[in-house]
Formats: sequence, C-alpha cells, structure tokens
Amino acid sequence: MNATRVSAAVVVVLTSIATAFAASEPPAGATSCSGCHPANAGVQSPVPPLAGKNAEEIVAQMQAFRTGQRPATVMDRIAKGFSDAEVQAIAAWYAQRH
Amino acid sequence: MTGQRTSRRTVLTSAAALATSAVFFARPAIAQSAPRVVIVGGGFAGASAARALRRADPRIAITLVEANQTFTACPFSNGVIAGLRDLTAQQFGYDKVAADGIAVAITAANAVDPATRTVSLGNGQRLPYDRLVLAPGIDLRWDALLGYTEAAAEQMPHAWKAGEQTLLLRRQLEAMEDGGVVVMAAPNNPFRCPPGPYERASLIAYYLKTKKPRSKLIVLDAKDAFSKQRLFQNAWAELYPGLIEWVSLSKGGKVTSVEVATKTLITDFGSHKADVANVIPPQKAARIAEIAGVADRTGWCPIDPVTFESKLQPNIHVLGDATIAGGMPKSAFTANAQAKVCAFAVATLLRGETPAEPKLINTCYSLVAPDYGINVAGVYRPVNGVLTEVEGSGGVSAADAPRATRALEATFANGWFDTITNEVFG
Repeated sequence: MNATRVSAAVVVVLTSIATAFAASEPPAGATSCSGCHPANAGVQSPVPPLAGKNAEEIVAQMQAFRTGQRPATVMDRIAKGFSDAEVQAIAAWYAQRH
Repeated sequence: MTGQRTSRRTVLTSAAALATSAVFFARPAIAQSAPRVVIVGGGFAGASAARALRRADPRIAITLVEANQTFTACPFSNGVIAGLRDLTAQQFGYDKVAADGIAVAITAANAVDPATRTVSLGNGQRLPYDRLVLAPGIDLRWDALLGYTEAAAEQMPHAWKAGEQTLLLRRQLEAMEDGGVVVMAAPNNPFRCPPGPYERASLIAYYLKTKKPRSKLIVLDAKDAFSKQRLFQNAWAELYPGLIEWVSLSKGGKVTSVEVATKTLITDFGSHKADVANVIPPQKAARIAEIAGVADRTGWCPIDPVTFESKLQPNIHVLGDATIAGGMPKSAFTANAQAKVCAFAVATLLRGETPAEPKLINTCYSLVAPDYGINVAGVYRPVNGVLTEVEGSGGVSAADAPRATRALEATFANGWFDTITNEVFG
C-alpha cells in the first residue's frame, strides 16, 4: 500500500516534470510569421527576425502597417487581419524568444 | 524498427539533458508511454510539422515517413524551367530534421489502418501511432484528360511535381526553334499553387523574349478567372506585349484531350498544335489519403480548422495541398503555417487538453520576371468550421505600384524561399 502510494507520487512528479517540457501553445497567428521572418541566423532575407525584438516596437510597427503610416508591400494587408489584443500577444511572445 | 529505437533514444537523451536529471533513465516505463506521432510526407507541410512538434513537446516520439531521400521544392521551380536557376537550388535533404531527434524513415507509406492505428511501410515495417499526420501532397489525375497518361507526360510534361519533369520541360524549351509555339494547359480549381501556371507562363515568356523572340505562348485555361489575374495581365502587356495569349474557359480554353504523337491539345472549340506542350492536369490528394479514408468524393480531405484532424477519421490529421482548407490556397506558405498550428494542437490533444482557436497567414509571391514580383496574402481563422479570410485583411499587391516596388517584391520573394526552406529543412 505504502509502496503503491510512493510510486503513485513518483508518477505524479514525473508527469509534472514531463509536462513542464511541453511548450505552451503560441498565441493565435504567431507561428505563421516565421514563413517570412527568419527564425534562424544565416538566412539571406531583407525581412527582419522577430525573436527578441521589443514588444512595444512590434506593436507600434503593426499599428503603422495597419493605418498605412508605414508603407509596405505585404504587411499592410496582413496587419489588418489582427486585433490589438492579438498583436500584443504575438509581440509579447516574440519578445520572450531568442 | 531501427528508426524508432534511435528516435526514442534521442528523445530520452535530450529530455534527460533538459531535466538535468537521471529519473528518465531510472523509469524506462515513461519512455515506453511517450506518445507516438507518425507523419507521412516530407514536404513543406510534413517536415514543418515534424520540427514544430519536436519544439512543442520533446517527449513525443516522432517518425517522419518520406519516399524520397531528397525533397525537390516546387516554389521557384518555374525559374528552373526558364533557365534562371539550377534544380539543385530546389533540393533539400533530411539530415537536419533527423538531427532534431526525429526518426526519418525513407520509404513509402503503403497503407493506414485507422482501427489498429498503424501505418504499413514499403520496407515492411508497421508503425503504431497515437496520432497520424498525413501531409502527402497531390497526385495528378491521369483519368481526367483523354490521352494524358504518365507515358504522355514524358512527351508533354506537366512539371507540376518538381524534379525530372521540371528539367524535361526546360530541355524542350531549349531545344525549340525560335518562332516555335509553346502551349500550356491550366486546370480548373482547386489545384496546387493557384498562381503557379501564370508565373510559369510569365517566366517562359521571359525566356522566349530574351532567347527566342519570334516565339509565342498560348495558355489554354479551364477557368474564366485566376489568382492575381489583373497583376499578371498588366505585367504581360507591359513586359511581353503580344507574346502571351490567354484563352479563358468561355473562349474555348478548356483542354479535354491530347494527342501525344502530334503534341496537340484539343478543346471543345478546336485544337492547338504545340512545339512544346506543358499540360497541368486536374489533381487530387495523394493516394495514401484515399487509402486512409480521409479523402472525400471530391478527392480532397475535409479537416477541422482548429486541429486539422480529418472530419472522416479520428486521430488522423491532414495538412497542406491535400486538404480542403476553406479560403486558404494550396501553397507552401499555407502548408508550413498549417503544420505549425497542427503540431501544437496535436501536442495539446496528447496532453488531454483542448487546443485554442488559431489564426493562420498565407503569403504567396510570384515572379513575372526575375526583377518583377507580385504577391497575394491573407489572414484566416475558423468560422463555422471553415478557414475563412478575416474581413478587411489580405488581397494582392497594389495595381499601380512602381517598378521599384516590383523589384523589391522580387527580393522579398527570394528572401521568402531562403527563409522558409531554412525553417523546414535547414
């Protein structure tokens, strides 16, 4: 009985450790960005990487794209597909990455 | 099962390294119970899904099943046809994918048994799965155009799966006399890469204009409208005046049969004899989708827009060109974006939790000339079970953009190819 309880406790601990390895789901839309914004170094592209960028800066640029204040070839039309809250969540997620 | 064992060992090693703890070695039963995901198809969708799933949860035992040692990318392969780049620039291996701790099995997937949750491989193995991801791409419908068989494609290439077919079409163009007639046949929707036939027409026109200027290109189309149509047609008038003739469905453009011996394409309105013929036939999800029971009567695969799980078979997810994905076009960008959403959803489901509603982006560049790019983009979300473009977002490049912007877009297009292939294979 005691042994069962101990092994059950071990399983609980192991399960929580294992769950800790799993990355939480990224905010809606976030994972699509790396189709164009390089996730790794050494890629030949004029498009800037997003990981590690200041979240407020990403939010400001997305707003500028959406209003047309910043000229764009494609980001104007993509920015219009996201709400303020969604942009903030994506920006915070990228700001934490490196 | 060698691949499986290697995978588990790699997973164990990396998991233990992360935990900086030996408990995983002390409890092999945990490794035994690690969820198993099998991914069939190593293109933009499948290879992206494998890598994203590894990031989402390092404990999952992932096997990627792909028939070919080397992947040949379709995006930018029109540039190979026009002699602008080598086929090797399109080719990628799976070494880096395997280095992520993903078991890569280079063999065909011959059968899927949803009842026992196993995949039968060409090498005789049977792989059990908790969840299966099918990213098989397309098959060409050899029964759609009378006379257009696999043998006919050796004379009148489709070049709609990149590789030898791409090189065959290129060689035929190179061998053609100046003053020759190139005839293309474009299919009705849906098909892989909606703007692809028109980018191809553009770059073949570029080749003809620079190398064989007395030649002509006729595009016979089974539809009355196509992706980025106004942008393409404006650019054709500007760059290739008089060179490209586009024949719509209502003007008699739908090819119904071909005569291989004379390289003739036949429509209900007449026939067109070609010096070089490029026949892009109607398509469907690749055969394994049908075998697994995830394709419907249209030949394509209905999916749940949150998890990409098949609407026809539980525990099987479908990605990329094979899917019915609402407003999302069958592009490499779409495949990659879907794969990343699906991977996190699969990891969430395997933890017994419910995935959140996603948003997905598509961006798709076409080159009208090496220094002239245009794009279409869209943002999508599930609405009533269908991936639907977010109102007010998306659309195509500005119709009145200056040439400097077109040149910038060509640079972005090249950057996109390097970025996405690096994320998927690099």
